[in-house]
Amino acid sequence: MATAHHDEHPSGIMRWLTTTNHKDIGTLYLVFAFTMAIVGGIMSLVIRSELWQPGLQIVDPHFFNQMTTVHALVMIFGFVMPAFTGLANWQIPLMIGAPDMALPRMNNWSFWILPFAATLLMLSLFMPGGGPAGGWTLYPPLNVQQSGPGVDFTILSIHMLGISSILGSINIIATVLNMRAPGMTLMKMPMFAWGWFITAFLLIASLPVLAGAVTMLLTDRHFGTHFFDAAYGGDPVLFQHVFWFFGHPEVYILVLPAFGVFSTIIPTFARKPLFGYETMVYATASIAFLSFIVWAHHMYTVGMPLQGELFFMYATMLIAVPTGVKVFNWVSTMWRGAMTFETPMLWAIGGVFIFTIGGLSGLMLSITPADFQYHDTYFVVAHFHYVIIGGSVFGLFGAVSYWLPKWTGHMYNETLGKWHFWLTMIGFNLTFFPQHFLGLAGMPRRIPDYSLQFVEFNQWSTIGAFMTIAAQLIFFYYAMQSIRAGQKATSQVWEGAEGLEWTVPSPPPYHTFATPPKVK
Amino acid sequence: MSAANGGYYLPNPSPWPIVTSAGLFSLALGFVLAINGVGFGKWIAIVGAAILIWVMFRWFGEVIGESEGGKYNAQVDRSFRWGMSWFIFSEVMFFAAFFGALFYVRHWAGPWLGDTELLWPGFDFHWPSAGPKGPIAIEPDMTPAASQFSPMGAWGIPAINTAILLSSGATITWAHWGLLKSNRAQLITGLFLTVALGVTFLSLQAFEYIHAYTAMGLTMKTGIYGATFFMLTGFHGFHVTLGTIMLIVILGRALKGHFRPDHHFGFEAVAWYWHFVDVVWLFLFIFVYWF
Ligand code: HEM
Ligand SMILES: [Cu+2]
Repeated sequence: MATAHHDEHPSGIMRWLTTTNHKDIGTLYLVFAFTMAIVGGIMSLVIRSELWQPGLQIVDPHFFNQMTTVHALVMIFGFVMPAFTGLANWQIPLMIGAPDMALPRMNNWSFWILPFAATLLMLSLFMPGGGPAGGWTLYPPLNVQQSGPGVDFTILSIHMLGISSILGSINIIATVLNMRAPGMTLMKMPMFAWGWFITAFLLIASLPVLAGAVTMLLTDRHFGTHFFDAAYGGDPVLFQHVFWFFGHPEVYILVLPAFGVFSTIIPTFARKPLFGYETMVYATASIAFLSFIVWAHHMYTVGMPLQGELFFMYATMLIAVPTGVKVFNWVSTMWRGAMTFETPMLWAIGGVFIFTIGGLSGLMLSITPADFQYHDTYFVVAHFHYVIIGGSVFGLFGAVSYWLPKWTGHMYNETLGKWHFWLTMIGFNLTFFPQHFLGLAGMPRRIPDYSLQFVEFNQWSTIGAFMTIAAQLIFFYYAMQSIRAGQKATSQVWEGAEGLEWTVPSPPPYHTFATPPKVK
Repeated sequence: MSAANGGYYLPNPSPWPIVTSAGLFSLALGFVLAINGVGFGKWIAIVGAAILIWVMFRWFGEVIGESEGGKYNAQVDRSFRWGMSWFIFSEVMFFAAFFGALFYVRHWAGPWLGDTELLWPGFDFHWPSAGPKGPIAIEPDMTPAASQFSPMGAWGIPAINTAILLSSGATITWAHWGLLKSNRAQLITGLFLTVALGVTFLSLQAFEYIHAYTAMGLTMKTGIYGATFFMLTGFHGFHVTLGTIMLIVILGRALKGHFRPDHHFGFEAVAWYWHFVDVVWLFLFIFVYWF
């Protein structure tokens, strides 16, 4: 306990179980996230294999439905959200010149809830009656009526995942507000920290609402309440409102940290400061605000009053404005920059490009009468994979390749990095671009069988899926390689990189910024 | 562990987070098994709850020890404050989900159900309602016949409970003033009164629930009215229970001589929490009981 020994920490497994160090916890988050990505990835291959041709061949429909449901839950709550929290843990203290997160013990707690929550979710698949099969949105009446404990496991798992994220967000807010190095005003803060700071508010405001929604589901299932049963004065659509009040902010929770990553990487490799830093901050904040008043665009077809349809349509379209501001700012940052295209930059540019396509399909979906046609078809599936993979996952890979040399002290293999990017880029588009056409032609989502005219596009899609997942092996290989060996990385790593994290050695010592740096 | 390195405070590695998570897991697992009719489920849940309670003693105990040992500087104090404020905000949003459900049903879903003649012709929607197939609502606080229920009126126990909670908000502020001017007797008396008021509130609410179940035909299963009534007031009651336990802890600490006029985050956190349950109650009183 003596002052001088604060560097001591247990070794072996106990180090990881008891750590209060933001770098350790960041690593734990990232390892957990990529493990879950493998699990979710395998599920997606089950789905795509079944859809290789019409008819039922590999799995029965009930299991197919479990796969679509759990795939989505795992990818959102197990992969993307924890991965970005891992990045936040590693980077925010380094970027704002803090020695650690504001509440280090709670930080460890928010991580360690995750493996337990994931176990609960996975257990559901082995229960009598199987895992949740009514879609990740858990709509009643299906999810009230599905028998067996699978849905209950899912609900409790969601509660735990929610607690974890809320605690993590509280920590991020406290860190940003309270731990910045002297001189680092909010408006000097790196965009990644800004993106996460705003995301944290979205999480704190929306996850408790999800907890409320699934609690009502649970009491309807087991304690005789009638929230979602019209015969007793409830309403199944009520669930959808409460769920999407969480659900739409959630999609921005997935993407705003990635926006922060794009805003970090692009200036580095364009060797120009970010164009319009302040407008970026305000645009992110506006997106966050608007994201709370657009939720019913997921429910255009439930029979809302006309005023409701119109309000949510215009509000949704409005989001495209700040989103557009961000895209234009990234492009303007690159304008006349001295650009090079290392792996992180490829991910950033590729990510902006793919995300923009997803934003445009979102705009199509936001048009109420058009959505009557598109709703619950593969068009929606294409849309959200463009935004979530293009936005969040590309951002994630960009971030990992960008900061990997900082974390491990070794450069990764640039050739492998580029292969990984290009194979993923091609595989991804092969998988999801045809799904736009499938959806427009009327192929419904979440169905294990389809009519003959959809065969060709589905086969493209399945081939693309296998290609994309196979490409991820390259990532695991080069990441491992860089952890173990490789060309030594300098502190600066990237010629054009700016920020406090590049002033400390690579890898950084266990504790950094024990005395706060001065920021001009 | 030190605040010496440039004024920052970094806690040592700690076993509590992972133990807490394991306890939470056991509680959730046991709970799900129990509600699905697996007999030993409740034992798993009880073990989980026991772990949680034990670990809270240890974890909070450690934090309190560090705080009283003078390890915390102003920065740590600020981090705690931000943490607690945003935690309370997340709780507000949790209640918002249920209030939202209530408003949605009362203003939209219910009237639509009454207006359409497609599903249950002849059903007219008036709040309080348990829906077309649920029991019929009669006047508040009356004894219902079969397939009737009586909603909870505002001016009996709920009004008394409003007065109780509002006074408890005053007593805790009075206790805070005592703490600020180092008047320990005022601090302890104020806290004691607050705890007493909290316990009285809970007893009255328990009485109200028993009365609802036994004499008013009003249960969780009484359609949407019963569902919203019991979930809103029930979660609130649960939070009052937590708040009361927190107050008891604070009272115990005050008796032990903890807290100084310039260093008493623990006290303030509990006071904030208490005001939060107080404000939620006001909304409950207005929208669940009164109108
Ligand atoms: C310009 C911005 C965007 C607009 C206008 C937009 C619009 C929409 C609309 C109208 C739907 C509902 C389609 C339907 O079910 O019929 C939808 C679905 C969806 N969007 Fe977006 N979106 C935008 C950005 C995003 C972003 C950034 C993400 C995530 C990072 C996202 C993720 C999703 C997801 C996951 C769904 C489907 C949810 C489900 O039903 O399972 N969207 N979007
Ligand atoms: Cu949305």
